Amino acid sequence: MHPIAEKYLRKSALPMIFCPGCGHGTVLNAFLRAVDDLGIIDDLSLVGGIGCSSWAPVFVNTDVLHTLHGRALAVATGLKLAQPRRHVVVFTGDGDCIGIGGNHFMHAARRNIDLTVILLDNNIYGMTGGQVSPSTPMQATTQTSPHGNPDPPMDASTVAIACGATYVARWTSAHPLGIKKAVKQAITHKGFSLVHTLSQCPTQAGRYIHGTPRADDLLEYYKAKAVTRKKARKLAEDELSERIVIGTLHQSDQRPELCESIAAMHTSLKG
Amino acid sequence: MCISQCESEVLATSKNRNAKGYLATEAADPDKCIGCMRCELICPDMAITVEDVDDEN
Repeated sequence: MHPIAEKYLRKSALPMIFCPGCGHGTVLNAFLRAVDDLGIIDDLSLVGGIGCSSWAPVFVNTDVLHTLHGRALAVATGLKLAQPRRHVVVFTGDGDCIGIGGNHFMHAARRNIDLTVILLDNNIYGMTGGQVSPSTPMQATTQTSPHGNPDPPMDASTVAIACGATYVARWTSAHPLGIKKAVKQAITHKGFSLVHTLSQCPTQAGRYIHGTPRADDLLEYYKAKAVTRKKARKLAEDELSERIVIGTLHQSDQRPELCESIAAMHTSLKG
Repeated sequence: MCISQCESEVLATSKNRNAKGYLATEAADPDKCIGCMRCELICPDMAITVEDVDDEN
């Protein structure tokens, strides 16, 4: 295996539970390169919820909390407040983060707590067999929308920015260097950071939503749909709504960060 | 995935099964490799390492 995999993977947890062709492995690949570049493995804690996304931390040889469905951010908030000097990175999915975990997501962003959230968005509940998720496109046929999805989808990046996240970037598994760069920026950024990665699920979303079980077709789909912010500015509204805008979407250092606010509060109370 | 990302047609599915019984990918034409690293970056299992080989070899 690659030297970075040799150094960072938890061998006892292998083989990875991801299906052949899954994009989550590519995101994990990019994440480990980012961690290696930053040299932070000894100060890193990973938290996952439930789902294929949330298995990613288990395969990394560091402190890992594999928690309840939707509650990764709640646990991560507690961990970060208890150990503010550790880098806490949360791996979550569209179902885990903006479905059952939607509330925790909103408030973690509102509090601007110094966490990095890597959202592996495959537009489906993959691990459980392919049920409709909050980011499944409208009219898509899934296990729980056999006559077509009647719900319009939600965009996690838009919600994060609206709630107060201070670093938001979106990439796809077809852009591993973009993911690596965004992870480095997100971890370094002091505040709530979201790296929203679209990641292919050939087994469920591929077959049910996109009509192909092939990872190479889905990677081409992502490459065709993705558009940089620069090019997006030139597109008409109706064309833009069909595309995925990638790159750094939002960055700010103007909002207070939770650990700092609480530390200041402790100091003033000690008087 | 790696075969689809390689623009230089270096990689191909092997005709021989690996230790786990799979027809894995092999570097069928390594001389064509330009070191773009797409295969190494896309691999979900981090099974590929792209290395510089000097011309004498």
